Amino acid sequence: MHRYVLGRLLSAIPTLFLIVTISFFLIRIAPGGPFDLERPLEAKVMENLNKIYHLDEPLWNQYLLYLKSIVQLDFGPSFYFRDFSINELFAQSLPISIQLGLTALCLALVVGGTLGVIAALRQNQATDYTVMAAATLGVTIPNFVVAPILTLILGVWLGWLPVGGWNGGAFVNVILPVVTLALPQIAVVARLTRGSMIEALRSNHVRTARAYGLTGYMVIVVHALRGAILPVVSYLGPAAAALLTGSVVIETIFGIPGIGRYFVQGALNRDYTLVMGTVVVVACFVILFNLIVDLLYALLDPRVRYD
Amino acid sequence: MTNENNKTVLSIRDLKVEFTTATGTVNAVRGVDIHVEAGETVAIVGESGSGKSQTMMAAMGLLASNGRTQGEVVYEDRNILGLPISKLNDIRGKKITMIFQEPMTSLDPLYTIGRQLAEPMVVHGGLSWRKAKAKALDLLKLVNIPEPERKIKAYPYEMSGGQRQRVMIAMALANDPDVLIADEPTTALDVTTQAQILDLLRDLQKRLGMAVIFITHDLGIVRRISDRVYVMKTGEVVESGETARIFTQPEHPYTKMLLDAEPTGHKLPVPESAPVLLEAQKVEVEFELDSGFLQPKHVLRAVDSISFSLRKGQTLGIVGESGSGKSTLGRAVLNLLPAGGRVVFHGQQISGLDRTAMRAIRKDMQLIFQDPFGSLSPRMTVGQIISEGLLVHEPSLSAKDRDLRACQALEEVSLDPVMRNRYPHEFSGGQRQRIAIARTMVLKPELVVLDEPTSALDRTIQKQVVELLRNLQTANDLTYLFISHDLAVVRALSDTVMVMQHGKVVEAGTADAIFEAPKQDYTRELIGAAMLTQQQMMETA
Repeated sequence: MHRYVLGRLLSAIPTLFLIVTISFFLIRIAPGGPFDLERPLEAKVMENLNKIYHLDEPLWNQYLLYLKSIVQLDFGPSFYFRDFSINELFAQSLPISIQLGLTALCLALVVGGTLGVIAALRQNQATDYTVMAAATLGVTIPNFVVAPILTLILGVWLGWLPVGGWNGGAFVNVILPVVTLALPQIAVVARLTRGSMIEALRSNHVRTARAYGLTGYMVIVVHALRGAILPVVSYLGPAAAALLTGSVVIETIFGIPGIGRYFVQGALNRDYTLVMGTVVVVACFVILFNLIVDLLYALLDPRVRYD
Repeated sequence: MTNENNKTVLSIRDLKVEFTTATGTVNAVRGVDIHVEAGETVAIVGESGSGKSQTMMAAMGLLASNGRTQGEVVYEDRNILGLPISKLNDIRGKKITMIFQEPMTSLDPLYTIGRQLAEPMVVHGGLSWRKAKAKALDLLKLVNIPEPERKIKAYPYEMSGGQRQRVMIAMALANDPDVLIADEPTTALDVTTQAQILDLLRDLQKRLGMAVIFITHDLGIVRRISDRVYVMKTGEVVESGETARIFTQPEHPYTKMLLDAEPTGHKLPVPESAPVLLEAQKVEVEFELDSGFLQPKHVLRAVDSISFSLRKGQTLGIVGESGSGKSTLGRAVLNLLPAGGRVVFHGQQISGLDRTAMRAIRKDMQLIFQDPFGSLSPRMTVGQIISEGLLVHEPSLSAKDRDLRACQALEEVSLDPVMRNRYPHEFSGGQRQRIAIARTMVLKPELVVLDEPTSALDRTIQKQVVELLRNLQTANDLTYLFISHDLAVVRALSDTVMVMQHGKVVEAGTADAIFEAPKQDYTRELIGAAMLTQQQMMETA
């Protein structure tokens, strides 16, 4: 098992190398640079800036320099937030995004899973139709619509929750963004769970469990749900990577200092190191969560074992 | 109807089962009376769709959600039909237990054997998990599982079908039941395994004295283990009585038809002058099994140096249990997978030819598959399915000619050509197998490899397909390579027979020599397991 995990982590290195290389050159293809403002800077100032940030050197050299610093886990200085290094920016914002995403993920799993199981047990009855209709709404209504509506009702009219701000992650500040972030995920998880649960409830081994008079909990949770949760797990891997690396929309609407807004700002301002930094972080999360999904799979299903 | 008495443990009275479907109500069971006495084995016989399984599923409260029941299922003076689940659970799994047809999927793949065996004992017997696991070990020994200490920690996927069915039997016996319902428990198993499981069940019943209800379509099994028989057809019991009486003096025409459905007859020999059509020399197929990084490769010899020659018009029967390599051999002969050795067809060596070179020869060598449900494309009409091969092999034909040929082929297999615009799902299993045969015949091949073509069919349908294959062979001078685990069918169709085990030929010879004077132990065992019942039937008949 340890060998397997180690092997998977080592095999991530060439993947990361490829991602870094491709995105490094891709962002350079985009016209413009970090210091091209609406009113051009003086030539001398520009020259100095380029020199400081090594932008005057050949692209190849810059690439090698970047590789060298990234091996030392140094993502370099930000071109746009002049007083900060990328490491400092991420140290502040990434924990916030992770906390937000993780809470939303757990909420989605618990609520979506429960709804899916209930719908499957009441297949083609009123409850089932209600849950599935709600799930369709959850997927189709975008979060930039849900967020203002929730804020308006719960924040402005009722005044129960603050309309925005992070406030160090205080409980009341977290509720609205987490719910908004989780809603579409709840919908997807509910649909997936319902589908695989219906199949599981019809399977022969669940029939055996019924025929042997096992309790409802044993039939539904122990024998049906454990197998039915597998497709949900494989969906949640990539979904978790996306949730934990921040959401631009949610963070902007609720004014949360997470990592999500750096995606947009970095790209728009040609902040090369910021773009590279976010790409590497997202790639790491995707690789990590794919590994976690595979390990969870092996834990849930003995037919999949890595030795 | 047979009379109930004070020894009756379970009785089903005027049971009706209906299913509400999108196309209307299906009456699966229409008023059935069945009872079983303590220590007695009762068989319910019928073909697929006769309602025999649904009768028992209804009694156990296991119907699909669209099923409705009427009538009574009386156990210990109490009607258990329609009881709320919690009350029903006091009885099922404890006093009435069940084993199913599908040993491969009836156990939960995610839990160990020990845990699954222990569950009913913990729920019904109030045992602790530790005590239940200890008792599970005793049960595994009772059903003769090899290495029970190791197997109790194993997962279902690590066991064979026969072993899984033994585990199911162990589970059924765990709480000392009064009634054991066995729903086709041996249908999915090889003949020798089938014989072992039947012996085990009979032996356990003698020792433990429970009543057994045995659902099956196989009359051989009925004759072998049951005291009384109920014959079911389209949801009704058409005849019932003592087993010996049913076999010697069947009254209902359907029972007579079932008894008469054993494939019979002999193939007429081919004249010595017939040319050799197919010759296989030392055919070998190896599969590389999954092995770890930097570990030695595991190689499975699926087919190990097999030679035979087949003259035009002859049938070679290849028999063996699952995993013996008989299907692989069939595919290797057709050059459908990489194989060693030499295959000569019509004097031309075909082994080693590439796809393009093979395509010209494919028309003359065809394959018919076991599964009539999976081997026809559900999105094509029967006419398209049958004439598709003509598009490749006779591209000069016009659409009208192709249609005409499809009609002829359908007539050849005794299907109405009007049906050619329908889709496969509108046909029964037997009809689909006829369609598959028509698809082959439309190309007018010389050699046909038949891979278990009758195994998925009911006995009466099977007999018709065997007749059809025999007629087609005589009419078109076809050569067959007939792969099957069903010895009765092989005997009825073959000139020569080859018995395979672990990829090797155990014994080969003329059909009569193999079946009447087998020389090898394995052949004897195989024939013994399959034929015992037939001999008994003939003795009583």
